Amino acid sequence: MLNFLFTKIARALLTILLVMTFAFVVLRLSGDPAQILLGPDAPQDAVDSFRARWGLDDPIWKQYLAYLRQLFAFDFGISMRDQSPAIELVMERIPATLAITLPALLLKIAIGIPAGVYAALHRNSLADRGVIMLSIFGFTIPSFVLGLVLVLVFAVTLGWLPAGGQDSWRHAILPIATLSVGGIGILARFSRSAMVEVLGQPYIRTAMAKGLPWREVVWKHALPNAAVPIITLIGFMVGALIAGAVVVESIFSWPGIGRLIVVSVANRDLAVVQCLLLVIAASMVVANLCVDLAYGLLDPRLRHRRAAH
Amino acid sequence: MTDIAISRPRRMMTRLRLGMPRLVLAAALWLVLMALTAILADWLRPYDTTRMDLSARLVAMGTPGHWLGTDELGRDVLSRLIQSIRVSLVIAIGATILSAVFGTTLGFLAAQFRGWVEHLVVALADFQAALPFMIMSLAVLAFFGSSMWLLVCLMGFYGWERYARIARGLAISASAQGYAAAVIQLGASPRRVYLRHILPNVASTLIVSMTLTFPEIILMESGLSFLGLGVQPPESSLGNMVGFGREYLTRAPWIMLAPSAVIVLTTLSISLLGDWLRDRLDPTIR
Repeated sequence: MLNFLFTKIARALLTILLVMTFAFVVLRLSGDPAQILLGPDAPQDAVDSFRARWGLDDPIWKQYLAYLRQLFAFDFGISMRDQSPAIELVMERIPATLAITLPALLLKIAIGIPAGVYAALHRNSLADRGVIMLSIFGFTIPSFVLGLVLVLVFAVTLGWLPAGGQDSWRHAILPIATLSVGGIGILARFSRSAMVEVLGQPYIRTAMAKGLPWREVVWKHALPNAAVPIITLIGFMVGALIAGAVVVESIFSWPGIGRLIVVSVANRDLAVVQCLLLVIAASMVVANLCVDLAYGLLDPRLRHRRAAH
Repeated sequence: MTDIAISRPRRMMTRLRLGMPRLVLAAALWLVLMALTAILADWLRPYDTTRMDLSARLVAMGTPGHWLGTDELGRDVLSRLIQSIRVSLVIAIGATILSAVFGTTLGFLAAQFRGWVEHLVVALADFQAALPFMIMSLAVLAFFGSSMWLLVCLMGFYGWERYARIARGLAISASAQGYAAAVIQLGASPRRVYLRHILPNVASTLIVSMTLTFPEIILMESGLSFLGLGVQPPESSLGNMVGFGREYLTRAPWIMLAPSAVIVLTTLSISLLGDWLRDRLDPTIR
């Protein structure tokens, strides 16, 4: 177990390091970082002090090490738009994003999994076909189309809900609905196929042959085994809580992380973009790590196997 | 060996023709229609995409001469839609092929050399999985600015890690089977073993992955274009038509609805077709 834990954590750290390197390489390839991070009309002495502070006149490997040291000290540079530290700008947007992505995640789980399991238990029935069709539709419809259609119907035509902004809970309804539809489709489909696969296993036949009631077979034998892949998928969704609402936040002018990314990219506010990149990657990696650890707890086979791929 | 190589595709085709459900048939027909539209775009367009007619701005759907209406500058929506289908499909096809080739190559390299090459490929795949693709693309576009070529290359990285994982796994298990060992014993070069013997055997699984990646790339490109960071005007794609149409949501919803419908129908069709193909071709399910 300790070996398993250690390998997973080492790989997570390596991934974070790769993301940092990616940001470094892309930043250096695109021009002089002093000019880019400070903006084209920065005063010369600011550029000089920046170059000295980040050691831009040193050889590239020294710069790379210095860059890593800065990042580990949580120094992500200054936003060129309002001159405040990039990390502060990013952190203050996180609650707004979570306010719509968390309820959406709960909806996905509460609707998607029961629908998928029900479909698997009633295979080839009308309900099963309905779930399959709806879920394919749910995850192929792009969020910007769904969002705009919802705005057109509920805000423009019916006038029931506001089309954008963040003044009351009513403003959150359409963004949450838009965000959850795709995930419900994916989870429903995924839990259906996980469940179908488990139900075909010999141990289910054994359980039934022992004369266990069907209800008990489903709850005690099928569901716990189907849970392992489903939890992986939920782990990915947890990892995407911060970054998963880029398009939806733009449609509904919701002032979260996604809005910040789009605005910063359009303004080439690179310190903020770089900071966002690292914060998002860190949240994904931590979520994946938690999934791996949960796996170890749920599935005793994985604990003993060597943790390599 | 040659006998098998010739008869395999033929057998695959007969398998495909047997019992295509109506819905899948409709999906296939829609895709053929889209492909033809993309190829024949120059002949099909009733007007030039940039031709403005300021006397006919925001004309509604169904008006003779402008069946899908016009936009805020009096440009014909149908003509722009046809051109956008071409742009979006070209990007998606180019990117799907790029990522399949790139990912499969890396997967095969990992399987052939093992050791540090394999570790490197796995670490890169982890990196790709850790960074949502949309965020990575946004960062790259922020640093370099948007251009058509950059967009295709960027989209060409979409999903490579999936092909790499599949190709690596399948190649490792294939080389443990007799046929690969036999041709290696006969003195075939690794290139020949991988391209002539292993690739045809794992192709069906890879094709299924392509049908999964293709609609996702369409959605990714149209999402980026919708945000104004993908395909740039005057060039138009399905996503940026929706993005610009959004400004006129209340007054002229048709500008946004026509490209939206095309995106939804196309991705839906590929998913249906892909699902059906997977059931037929994927040996791990049968």
